Amino acid sequence: MRQKVIIVMLALVAILLARNLYAISMLPDEMRQGQIFRIIYFHVPAAAAAMTGSAVALVASVLFLVTKKFQYDALAVAVTEVGLAFLAVNLVTGSIWAHVIWGVWWAWDPRLTSALICWILYAGYMILRQALEEPTQRATFAAVYSIFAFTDVPIVYFSIRWWRTIHPQPVFFSKEGYFPPDWSRALAINMVAMFLLYAVLTMIRLRQEQTQREIDYLRRTVHAI
Amino acid sequence: MRFLSQVMVITAKDLRAEMRTKEAINASFAFALVILLILSFAFDPTEETTREISGGLLWIVFTFAGTLVLNRSFARELPNDCLDALIAAPVPGAALFLGKALANFVLILAVEFVALPVFGIFYNVRWTRQFWPLMLVLVLGTWGLTSIGTIFSALTVNIRLREVMLPLLVYPVMIPMLLGAMRLSALLVAGQPVTGDDTVWFKLLFGFDIIYTALSLVLMETVLLG
Repeated sequence: MRQKVIIVMLALVAILLARNLYAISMLPDEMRQGQIFRIIYFHVPAAAAAMTGSAVALVASVLFLVTKKFQYDALAVAVTEVGLAFLAVNLVTGSIWAHVIWGVWWAWDPRLTSALICWILYAGYMILRQALEEPTQRATFAAVYSIFAFTDVPIVYFSIRWWRTIHPQPVFFSKEGYFPPDWSRALAINMVAMFLLYAVLTMIRLRQEQTQREIDYLRRTVHAI
Repeated sequence: MRFLSQVMVITAKDLRAEMRTKEAINASFAFALVILLILSFAFDPTEETTREISGGLLWIVFTFAGTLVLNRSFARELPNDCLDALIAAPVPGAALFLGKALANFVLILAVEFVALPVFGIFYNVRWTRQFWPLMLVLVLGTWGLTSIGTIFSALTVNIRLREVMLPLLVYPVMIPMLLGAMRLSALLVAGQPVTGDDTVWFKLLFGFDIIYTALSLVLMETVLLG
């Protein structure tokens, strides 16, 4: 059953992305930025998905600490690992855009810095998990770490409002920005596609995690005999 | 009241143990001096630009030296199974955290007060020009460092490669707070007023101290039993 859901969702992502790639390529160039502005269609959804993922990781971690059920631990790992990839997409696309528009690959700006810290924090989560062998301890400590790591996420989100930064101001949900309707539509569809992709990848990773636990369980049983 | 006396007992115990052995604090002092020396090679200490950023350098010294103190905080309890005894003691995790954190706070602050004049001499900086605001930053920053460092010290105490894992996990978590402390210290040491955008850093420092402390108080029990 779950296999089928994954395949259907993957197909949907492929269709959406293919349709949207065409739609985006048909849009006119942005007045001041030219072609490169199209990177926003991947840069913003990747960031939004990664941030949502970190919130899910936080909830899953808290739920694990409260219930001690390992399914939440598995969800936290899956969501964090996929989130790292999405945040990496966000950082890399941002860097490419910066190279074209600002002329440098990286600027030590509050938004960029906090996003990078975020990536390093969640990479630390993976390293911490590797250093712990006992499953209960690993899950507990990782959950505690994840809760602390989440404290950086609001800073990433609010950094462009709290400090003067060279990162473009938000064009959505704010008064200053303006985005033409057909551009917004393309972005909304890409947003859906990226979130779906995030969900599918998380499900695949979740299954790996569950299989891993089954293998561990079987191995322990064999040992006991 | 009972909670407070429990906290004080833990703090007193930790400080007494440290005063008798001086293992963490001596190493931390020496380490702070060595880093100050090494940084002076990287940045020409007589240059005007160095003096401008030197307040930020201070926090590199404080965090590195502080990590040594924090590492010992729980590692000290490992011989003779003292940690198990502490966990079994009728003291809530929150009190244990607060006691340990206060002891670490005092120790790290002591290291900082020795490092500061040395820094002033080596780097030819008149750091006393805005003394009280700088003290406030020092206290807020150090509390952030100790509160988060203490719970992570408990978290990493049983992990392989403990000495590496603590800084690896703690530094990224501390960065937002550290950024604020560095920026404010740089301004205050250079004798510039804190205005406009920079006042946000004070709020950030305050906010993070509260968040870190609250989270640690809640989660300490889980970490100790985990």
